[in-house]
Amino acid sequence: METILNWIQSHIDIIYIVILSVFLGIEVIGRVPSVLHTPLMSGANAIHGVVIIGAIIVMGKVEPGNYVALIIGFLAVVLGTLNVVGGFVVTDRMLEMFKKKK
Amino acid sequence: MELSLLTVCYLIGSLTFIIGLKMLSHPDSARKGNLVAAVGMTIAIFGTIFLYEEEGKKLGNYSWIFGGLFLGTIIGVLAAKKVKMTAMPEMVSLFNGMGGACAALISVNEFGHISDMFAVPVIDTPGWHTTVIPLSMAGTLITIFLGLIIGAVSFAGSMIAWGKLNGKIKDFAFPGQQIFNLVLLAATLITAGYLVFNLHPNNTFLFYVIAAAALIYGILFVLPIGGADMPVVISLLNSFTGVAAACGGFLYDNQVMLTGGILVGAAGTLLTILMCKAMNRSLTNVLIGSFGGSASGAGTAKGPQGNYKEISLSDAAVCMCYANKVIIVPGYGLAVAQAQHVCHELEKLLEEKGVNVSYAIHPVAGRMPGHMNVLLAEADVSYDKLQEMEQANDEFKTTDVVLILGANDVVNPAAKTDPASPIYGMPILEVEQAKTVIVNKRSMKPGYAGIENELFFQPKTSMLFGDAKAALQKLVAEIKSL
Repeated sequence: METILNWIQSHIDIIYIVILSVFLGIEVIGRVPSVLHTPLMSGANAIHGVVIIGAIIVMGKVEPGNYVALIIGFLAVVLGTLNVVGGFVVTDRMLEMFKKKK
Repeated sequence: MELSLLTVCYLIGSLTFIIGLKMLSHPDSARKGNLVAAVGMTIAIFGTIFLYEEEGKKLGNYSWIFGGLFLGTIIGVLAAKKVKMTAMPEMVSLFNGMGGACAALISVNEFGHISDMFAVPVIDTPGWHTTVIPLSMAGTLITIFLGLIIGAVSFAGSMIAWGKLNGKIKDFAFPGQQIFNLVLLAATLITAGYLVFNLHPNNTFLFYVIAAAALIYGILFVLPIGGADMPVVISLLNSFTGVAAACGGFLYDNQVMLTGGILVGAAGTLLTILMCKAMNRSLTNVLIGSFGGSASGAGTAKGPQGNYKEISLSDAAVCMCYANKVIIVPGYGLAVAQAQHVCHELEKLLEEKGVNVSYAIHPVAGRMPGHMNVLLAEADVSYDKLQEMEQANDEFKTTDVVLILGANDVVNPAAKTDPASPIYGMPILEVEQAKTVIVNKRSMKPGYAGIENELFFQPKTSMLFGDAKAALQKLVAEIKSL
């Protein structure tokens, strides 16, 4: 019991971030018109590409001689970049076609 | 100093994600919103590369990092620029899978670090493996396992969804699959839980067993779900990847990964539920797959009923030219045939002749919500010509001709009248209220849900067979010659 309380105590800021982000995530897209469902999904898809930062950190910490870890890290960076770049470009292409016509 | 600068970078990153998502949910600001989030992402990425330090040590292996970024950018841009508009949903699924795989690989590498630490033999302390792992390590291990499992499921599932959408993979189910899946998932989680508290140099291989089991689970989870439900599945897997990214945030105490991941996890879950609501089904109903597996059998068993009548091109042309109001109902057939441009041409031609033309968009028409909107927008169809379902259902009563282009299940009256139908309860476009209905389809084959559509056999309905693009081209030519 005490260990759990300690754990909560030492990670309290993270717990706050998680709880607030959950509500924010729900609130922020709550009124999206169905027209924008696909671009929104695609945009959210690009945003979770933020996982690339983890890949960069992993990659940067690997000992230069450890080739297995280097290759896995490299793959992670490539895939993460694909997610981010591809995600944003695809979303932009979709939205490009939503130009207002007068 | 530099470290606090990095914190500011992450703050900006998190803020742009929130603002970006907000702007993405309004038509006018959507494109800018995407750009805002992209800028924030760039700041966070380069901030990490140059400013991140751990115990006073900066990151190394720059050549590997930049090599990876470069390669990923080239492939990503090329793939995203080249993909056809109809293949967009597949592309989103593919990129989503990449993110999931990235999260899983991070866990693989981090686990490597930890198991290396334990590889140092401590032979003289008997039974050390039960006590040696402090609780703080258990927390790290839990996030590593969660990142691995969720990432791997998301990756494998997205690949299957991708294959299904482009028709390479067919629905597949074996008896007892649901139970098998549940057992597999439970076994995976229990093994992971066991490993968290009993990690030992002799059982590190179990980590890879868990990885394999998660991949298999991801495959089996998506395989039996019908192609028509893929949008929901992709949206769900999208939020999974968000949670996997957030696990990375826990691991590195990294706020931008945490906010980004959780935001997408929450927003993605809500989006998934909104999509299910549009089909008037619960999420469990979609996942257990009453549509794809068992229900198709019940539908086809009935077989075709009654007679349908065909309409000639010239009749259809005359019929539409002399109408006051025409509503076009697009569906997946339009997307497959790439007929959006000629469809717009038909619309302009009819408008010139004084016909009032609009489009009725069902929330789940096509293979993804908003699929039709994107497609028609590509052909420069004006925004205000698109009507949402409720709006369109009011309009049908006063409509002379409804032209259905490759849509089927979303106009099937069985959803309202036949409680035995698998789509019973799904809101539909009530096209049968219009005076005349013209249906363009390639054949009399049932749609994605695999059920007959009695609309086609009603007296006011006539069929115009053929590929949507070819048929519309002929129709346009016919109208011009009138």
